Amino acid sequence: MSGSEAPWEAVIGLETHVQLGTESKIFTSASTAFGDAPNTHIDPVVCGLPGTLPVLNEKVLEYAVKAAMALNLKIAEHSKFDRKQYFYPDLPKNYQISQFDEPIAEEGWIEVEVAEKGKETYLKKIGIERLHMEEDAGKLVHAGSDRLAGSTHSLVDYNRAGVALAEIVSKPDIRTGREAAEYASEIRRIMRYLGVSDGNMQEGSLRCDVNISVRRGPLSPFGTKVEIKNMNSFSAIHKACDYEIERQIKAYESGEIVVQETRLWDEGKQITKSMRSKEGSSDYRYFPDPDLGPIELSKELREIWRAELPELPAAKRHRYADELGLSIYDARVLTDELSMAVYFEAVVAAGAEPKFASNWITGDIAAYVNSQRISFSQLSFRPSQLAEMIQMIDAGQISGKIAKEILPQLLEHGGSPKLIVEERGLGMISDPGAISLIVDNLIAEYSKEVEQFRNGKTKLQGFFVGQLMKKTGGKADPKMANQILAKKLQG
Amino acid sequence: MSQINSEDVRKVAQLARLDLPEEAVEKYTSQLEKILGYVAQLEKVDTEGIQPTTRAVEVVNVAREDNTLKTDERESLLALAPQREGDFFRVPKILSD
Repeated sequence: MSGSEAPWEAVIGLETHVQLGTESKIFTSASTAFGDAPNTHIDPVVCGLPGTLPVLNEKVLEYAVKAAMALNLKIAEHSKFDRKQYFYPDLPKNYQISQFDEPIAEEGWIEVEVAEKGKETYLKKIGIERLHMEEDAGKLVHAGSDRLAGSTHSLVDYNRAGVALAEIVSKPDIRTGREAAEYASEIRRIMRYLGVSDGNMQEGSLRCDVNISVRRGPLSPFGTKVEIKNMNSFSAIHKACDYEIERQIKAYESGEIVVQETRLWDEGKQITKSMRSKEGSSDYRYFPDPDLGPIELSKELREIWRAELPELPAAKRHRYADELGLSIYDARVLTDELSMAVYFEAVVAAGAEPKFASNWITGDIAAYVNSQRISFSQLSFRPSQLAEMIQMIDAGQISGKIAKEILPQLLEHGGSPKLIVEERGLGMISDPGAISLIVDNLIAEYSKEVEQFRNGKTKLQGFFVGQLMKKTGGKADPKMANQILAKKLQG
Repeated sequence: MSQINSEDVRKVAQLARLDLPEEAVEKYTSQLEKILGYVAQLEKVDTEGIQPTTRAVEVVNVAREDNTLKTDERESLLALAPQREGDFFRVPKILSD
């Protein structure tokens, strides 16, 4: 099966940097606030001045361990920090505090649902090599050119330096651009569910680097590995991988060499470009950071943190499909954002039928939430009120059409659907006596048409239904109205 | 038995971004050789059955609460830098042409 004729396959691994959402930095009390004036959140520890002592933020440890648990990683009982040496001005100390040979967690996996238009959705388990804690670097602005090459000098803002990161390294289990994008978005979803990161890619709180090579089938040796950086959306990850797979296959097939290098995704041109790099092969000279003591996690603490984990997206998707009978698609949409899932569950808990609740939430209500740029948790229309509306439709008290009519008011201001229907007089007329009375009046009013009906022109029943709906403002229970009309028209 | 040669010294200097004159390489090679020889005495200590450690002080789990402290130190820190431009640290060109 191997050899030159086997089809090409890509081997992809992702390194994901997740900014942990703590108030202060990983080793000092400087703020992690985003978007402030340059160098407002620096102090002697951030700048690595002599005589300063970094001290680990306990929240960082908690968040990293919870993230690791959610990714099914084994938590290390013993862990330490190391110094990774390299010279680049985004690091004020000329080394980054990271974890090398004793990371906080190793050997895990997540399950992703790979959905592509026109193809069958499938589940895939993707291995995770490790998760470790480290500090983020500062930001460079290159002057005299919009690019690093050609700039005359650079300006440095250390606000981001020392912000806590969890670096998550996947195993090379990913085979397509779509799988890579799904993996990254599931990582973000999990981090958001845990509340350990906002995962905002535009602000750089979630960054992915991709390692990618191609080979002739699973039995062939790995090809040369190329790293891609600079993708700031899931769709960019998808497209960059697909582009790079094609580029490498073409190179091999035309007899060129694929060189081991770092390439940048160019969003404007939709291509990857070789990044000029001065540094040869790096020599990080890791060694244990003498300023930071080792970490030993007791079984008790690990159990406390494990018990605090919420239900995670994959578990919710399975539960919605298996226990609530929703489609895979609906389960996926409802669980994408935790706030939507929480809202949905509250509506179901208040007695609404899950499928109906799902339709309203993923349809009209999601459209409103998106257009208003708010979260489901900020919605004035409370879950119990939506449940009440769904139950009214179910019980035949209002039609779906009337529900849509009162929805804008409910979305805007909330309130009891029952009261609104009463106040606006929109309730369905399903009292046989009331309907009979209206029908009697119609028969008296349209005696000519009644005559024609009785002489065989039964199509006229439609005319009477129309008149009845006109008289009741569309509120008569259609089934009951038809029955009573049919009976009375026959005389 | 030599533990270090002039190539190693050049590499270490390069990694540390030290511009080492050629005549100093010889001198540092022999000095570093002596230092390594001195430290090598530690190899004589019997460590059979002793767990490796990365540190001399036995402390674990030193951590702080996640509190921020506003220290308005931008000016004094920027003043320490060789060059600044406005509120930024200014550094020389990173890539050579």
